[in-house]
This record gives sequence, structure tokens and C-alpha cells, in this order.
Amino acid sequence: MIEWLGRWLDSRLHAAKFVRRALNHVFPDHWSFMLGEIALYSFVVLVITGTYLAMFFKAGSDKVVYQGAYHPLVGVPMSEAYRSVLDLSFSVPAGLLVRQMHHWASLLFLGAIVVHAARIFFTAAYRRPREINWMIGLTLLALALVNGFLGYSLLDDLLSGIGLRIGYAILLSVPVIGPWITFLFMGGTVPVATTIPRLYSLHIFLVPALITALLALHLAIIWRQLHTNYPGPRRTDASIVGSRLWPSYAAKSVGLFLLVFAVAAMLGGLVQIDPVWIYGPYNPVAVMPGAQPDWYLGWVEGALRLFPGVSLHVGRYLLIPGVFFPGLLLPTLIFAVLYAYPFLEKLFSSDDKPHNVLRLPYQQPFSTALGCAVLMFLFVLLLAGGDDVIAVATGSSVVALRKLLRILVFIAPAATGALVYLLCRGVRRGSQPHSPAPPEYVAVEEETTTKPPTVGNRTSG
Amino acid sequence: MSENEERAGLPETSSPPVPAPAETARTPDPETKPNSRKPALIVEALLFGLIFARGLFSKARVPGRRTPAAVPVPTPPAVPDRTPEKTGRAADRNLDMHSGSNVKKRERWGTFFIACAFALGIAAGLGFVIAYWLGGNDLLLGGTLAVFLGAFGSALVLYSHLLMLHKEAAEPREELPSSAGEREAALDEYCTGTRDVQRRGLLKWMGVAGTGLVAAMIISLLRSLGMSPYPSLFTTIWKGGERLMTAEGQPVSIALLEPGSSVTVFPEGSLGSERAQTVLIRVKEQLLQLPQDRANWAPMGYVAYSRVCTHAGCSVGLFESETHQLLCPCHQSTFDVLRAASPTGGPAARPLPQLPLYVDSDGNLRAGGGFTAPPGPGFSGMS
Repeated sequence: MIEWLGRWLDSRLHAAKFVRRALNHVFPDHWSFMLGEIALYSFVVLVITGTYLAMFFKAGSDKVVYQGAYHPLVGVPMSEAYRSVLDLSFSVPAGLLVRQMHHWASLLFLGAIVVHAARIFFTAAYRRPREINWMIGLTLLALALVNGFLGYSLLDDLLSGIGLRIGYAILLSVPVIGPWITFLFMGGTVPVATTIPRLYSLHIFLVPALITALLALHLAIIWRQLHTNYPGPRRTDASIVGSRLWPSYAAKSVGLFLLVFAVAAMLGGLVQIDPVWIYGPYNPVAVMPGAQPDWYLGWVEGALRLFPGVSLHVGRYLLIPGVFFPGLLLPTLIFAVLYAYPFLEKLFSSDDKPHNVLRLPYQQPFSTALGCAVLMFLFVLLLAGGDDVIAVATGSSVVALRKLLRILVFIAPAATGALVYLLCRGVRRGSQPHSPAPPEYVAVEEETTTKPPTVGNRTSG
Repeated sequence: MSENEERAGLPETSSPPVPAPAETARTPDPETKPNSRKPALIVEALLFGLIFARGLFSKARVPGRRTPAAVPVPTPPAVPDRTPEKTGRAADRNLDMHSGSNVKKRERWGTFFIACAFALGIAAGLGFVIAYWLGGNDLLLGGTLAVFLGAFGSALVLYSHLLMLHKEAAEPREELPSSAGEREAALDEYCTGTRDVQRRGLLKWMGVAGTGLVAAMIISLLRSLGMSPYPSLFTTIWKGGERLMTAEGQPVSIALLEPGSSVTVFPEGSLGSERAQTVLIRVKEQLLQLPQDRANWAPMGYVAYSRVCTHAGCSVGLFESETHQLLCPCHQSTFDVLRAASPTGGPAARPLPQLPLYVDSDGNLRAGGGFTAPPGPGFSGMS
């Protein structure tokens, strides 16, 4: 059967050579190569569940009066979009399951991308020849952040409405052109009838199409360049060591896809997320204490809260509203540094050789320290994004907590960076007592000669 | 010799034209330390050595006969085909070779676990279908779906770990830059093709004009997405003489509020409007410290401010009557009601726009004009 199908296809596509190459493709065995795959498979889950949701969701802003299955809201005026979400959640069999799976999968997607990017950063996998893929990956992260925000803004519940207003304020704060791009994008001053259909077409068409295209490119480039290897026996810049696509890697990878899907199904089925019927429909006059974005935007929210009330005036005209600095400038700067990092590193280390063997975190104290400091910075901002919730939970005052966080946001990253730097230096010194200054790979190989040649991703001290 | 050959195997084959096995052979291989040498090991090493050596020769010398992922050799010397084609797969290192009994045990347990997972998966999958058709809830559906997917996923992962031989494959990487000759050839194709085009300047101008026009068209079409932010963004909403209305549409009489209380009001005709929402507060008149030019804007201690935060546009929904502060629940900006809603804490930089008030002959509150500034978050160009 396989043979017949193969002949049929090959006589039309001349595919034998490619298939053979593909079946023999080597993938490294280290667990950390799985992170990117988790992101990929979360995206597949998102597409599958999202398609199902799109069959039921109505992106309308027309006001209707609810007459559905959820009694507490019967008779309440709301938008068509919000009503369709309620109907999907309460009247469509498995509708709530799929909606919650979709939301959970988006959290998994972002989480996997972030951890994957951190792995790339801390092992210096972005070095030549992989700078292009590093930048594509960062673009994917940015698109995923945007699409996550667009996605939960569609529901037109009270929480998402507040988020949308903050998003509007950030967009409006762009110097000079802010008002124009905001009006192009939103169609008017704050959520108006045109806003939700626009967000919807971006959320289900434009951004996913971009993500799909870039993802394909990302994978194609990995396929072309092959993966990196952790240092270890037989692992050199000139070769790749691991398992072949067929059968070992294929089984593992398909298994992983099913497991990612299973985790999304488990969370979607058992753990409530974004219960919009509790928040109620969006009402421009209502307020909601303790409003929080999804975790991946918590750091932007935290930056908005910690940044002091300053804005830039020219004469009596406002040039840059304060929201611009934490809301747009800070994320842009962080992404700009990340985009430029491979090239900056090249500039300072003047190492422009291609690298296929990874650096371990302790072998690059500065990068590791910088990465940890940035992560700590983002973590403090994430905490600040929930400072009102933390204050309520701990019984402290928001004002005092915010003062503390304003200090901590500088101190904690600096301390983390210094500590990690010293730690890396110490580990590096401790790890090479026998060989004075050999190239990394040789040192590793000599030290592991007594070990079985398994995955070998670390050196012995 | 056998160690040397094995050591000189795959990793180094990519160093292009002249492979130097003698040089790379010096580092001892982990597999074949002299003290751990056993007959089986020698045989294995010999076997590997043979295979690797053959791979080495066939790869290095015969360009058409290399392994699928092998390096393109820049200057192939023509050597007759001596060895049959061999994939890199045949050269994979079998990591199970030393543990025959373990493999057996692994197979037994693997079969057991995978069979269990398979059975569990089938049960859960059936459970999902049955639960769906019997109108099961999302909890049950999610649970069975998760168990079904999880069981099959685990089974596959277990399969690869327990029922597949553990092998370590190694493939040489291609040299990434093309050879100078290939690049030269590509450039040459491009140049030759370009030279075939006559009047290239015309083509260039066509390209420039087309791109520019498409850009202009896109910008034009974008225009229909939104109106100009002028003047709607700059409006100060209220008109002089407009009555203040509660959310229910009742006019606000001066007797409505006690000092220390507040209510949300709208201009007549735009009840519930997001940007027009205004908070009306009554405080003790002697406490007010408004600027001189606003002294008569607060009849009987009634002051009115925009209810849209100047920071990020949330509703400034909380009034603390003890401290006379308005608090925005989104980012905890606070505004001092007594001092023209100037920001006293949190990230807001600008005061809430104030609405001048007066009392008409019926005893109702009316706006004496628009807000002191456009309400809501700041933008370039507002004064």
C-alpha cells in the first residue's frame, strides 16, 4: 500500500529524494528543543478550536436584549458579540469547552514561545547562521502578543472593554500620528460599532495569516540549517547528532502534539477561564476593581502603573502623553534590543564564525546575567500589574506597595544580574581546572570520555 | 586502527576536499578506552570503523554517491564508483548494543504500558462520544477528551522510548555559504538575463511609479476606515446651557446630593455616552480651593469633572468622601476633588477636565460651557 502510494506520488512529483532526506533528517534529543514544538502545536490547537468558535461568534456591536439560557442576565441589554459568546457558552454542546480550550491554548502558546526564546537566548543559539530565525521568532512573539490581546478583546464583556480602552489610550498616545492611526484602527473615539468587527478580521485573518507564513519560514529555515547541538561527545560545529525523523522523532513529536492538545482539553474542560458572564456586558460607565490582562500583557500593565505621571509638552500643546513611555516605548525598546542582540554581541565579541554547538549559560556570563536581569525586570512589572490585587490579598496599602515596587523594579534586576554574573563566573572557573584555555568543545569532550555517550549535554565539574 | 577510523567518522567528513583522518584521530574515543575493552566491543568497533571508513570514502570522493544530507564537495575528483550507496542511517550508533537483557525487559514493560494507554484511550474516546450524544456537560467532555488525547500521546512517546531501538544518528552539516563558483554562476545568470532587457530605465521608472501609486491607493483606501480625528477628538462635549441629566434621564436639581456624595451625569441627549460621562460631586463649599478663574463654577459646593481618566481612559468610578479623592480603579490614579481634580497620586499626569456649572431658574444644574479640555487620555496636539 505504502509502496503503491509512494510510486504513484513519485511518478508525479519526483519525491523519492526529498522523502529519503526527510526520513533521515536528524533532530537533537535534548528536552529543551521541545519548547518550540509546544508553541507550534499550541498554535495548531488554536487554529482548530478557533475555526470552531468562528462558526458561532458574531462580531456585531448592535445592542440586543439577552433572552438566552443564562438566567442572571436575561433582560440585560448587551452587544450582539457578547450575546453570541453567552450562547456559545451555554447553549452550544461543548461550546464552552472549545472556547476555554482556545483561551488556555493561547496562554500555552505565549508561554511556550517565551520559554523557547529564553532557551535560545541563554544558549546563544541566535548566533550565526541563525540570526534570521531569531528575528522571525521575535516577530512571531510580537504577533502572538497582539493576537492574544485582540482575541480576548472581542468578547465585549466588561473586563475586555476596559482592556480595549487602555489599548485605545496607548495607541492614541503615539506622538503626532497617534490620533490618526487610532481612528483608522478603531474607527472613532473609543470602542464604537466598527471596532469589534475590525478587531475580529485582524484576529482571525490577518494576524494568523502572518503567523502562519512566518512560522512556515521559521521551520523551513530550521530544516535548512539543522538544529543546534548542546556540547557533548561527537557534537561539533560540522555535524548534527540526535534521532532521525523516522521513526523515533516522528513518534515523539506526534505524541507531543497529542499531549499538548490533551493539556488544552484538560484545562479547557476542568479549569474555568475568562468567565465573561460573571463580568457582565461592557458598560462604558461601569468600573471593575482588580481588572487584569492575561499574564503575557501583565508587564505592560505593570509598567503603566509604575511609570510616574509625566508628559511632554511643547508650549501649551501636549506632544507625548505619559502613557506612551511605558505602553509603547518600553516594549519597543525591549524588542529592539532583542532584535539587535546577535549583532550587538558580534560587535563586542568580534566573533562572526558560524556556530552549531550551543554555549551553556555559564559559559556566557554577561548574556546570561543580562537575560536574567531583563526577566526579573519583567517579573517585577508583572507583579506591579497586579499590585492592587496583591495589596488586597496581603492587607497592605497600594500606595506603599507601589513605592516599594518602584524601587524594586530597578534594584531587583540589577541584583539578579550581578548575582547571576558572579555565579556563572564561578561555575565557569570551577568547570575548567584541567584545561587552561581550550576551545569549549574540546574541553567538553575530554572531560566526558568516561561517560556513556548518551545525550551528553553538560560537562562534569 | 579501528578506533582511529571510528573517530575519523562522521563529524569530520564535512571538512571539504582533503579529509585528514590522521590528524583528527588523535583524541581517544569514549567508546573504546583500552581498559574497558571486551571482545564484543572490538567487533562492534571494527564494524563501525569499516562502515565509517566506507562512508568517508564514498562521501569524500564520489559526489553523486553521498548520503542524503551530505556536504556538496566543491571540487570532486572523478573516481569510479567502488562502493554501493549507503545511507547515513546504516552508520547510526546503536545505544542499546551493550544491554541486551535491558532491551528485552524494556520491550516487555513497554508493551504493557502502551497496551494500557491504548485501552484507556479507547475507553475515554468512546466515553467522549457517548457523553456528547447523551448531552454530557463540558467538564465530562473536556475530561474524556483530555484522557483520550493524553493516552494516545503518551503511548506514542512511550513507543519511541521503549519500543524503538535507541540509536544516535550523526550527519555532517552542509557548508552554508555556496562555493564561490556557484555564487559567481548565479550572479552571472542574473546579469546575462538583465542584459537581454532593452530600455531598462523604462522598466525601472515603471516599477517606481507602480509602487508609489499602489502605496497612494492603499493610503486612500485606508482613509475610508476612519474619519479624521478632527474635530471629534477635540470636542469638549458639553454646550453652555445644557442640563445635567442622571443616567435615568432625570434633570439634576440642587437638592439631589448631600455634601460628600456623588452621582454620574450626562448631557441631555447623550445618556450613557462613554466620553461625555461626568461625575457630579457635592462638597462643603468652604472646603473648595478652585483657582480664581473657576471660583464661580461650583454653585453650592457642586463640582463636576470628566469621569474618563486622563491616564488611560478608564472610568474614574470611585469617590472617597473622607479624603475628597477620585480614584481610578484601573491604575489607581487619584485626583483631588477640592483642587480642580489635579492628580495627587498614581500615573496620571493631567487633571480631570472640569465642567463649569450654574443653577437655572428652575433650580436645576446646567453646564456653563464645555469641559476645560477634551476628556479622556492624552494625545499629541491637545492643549
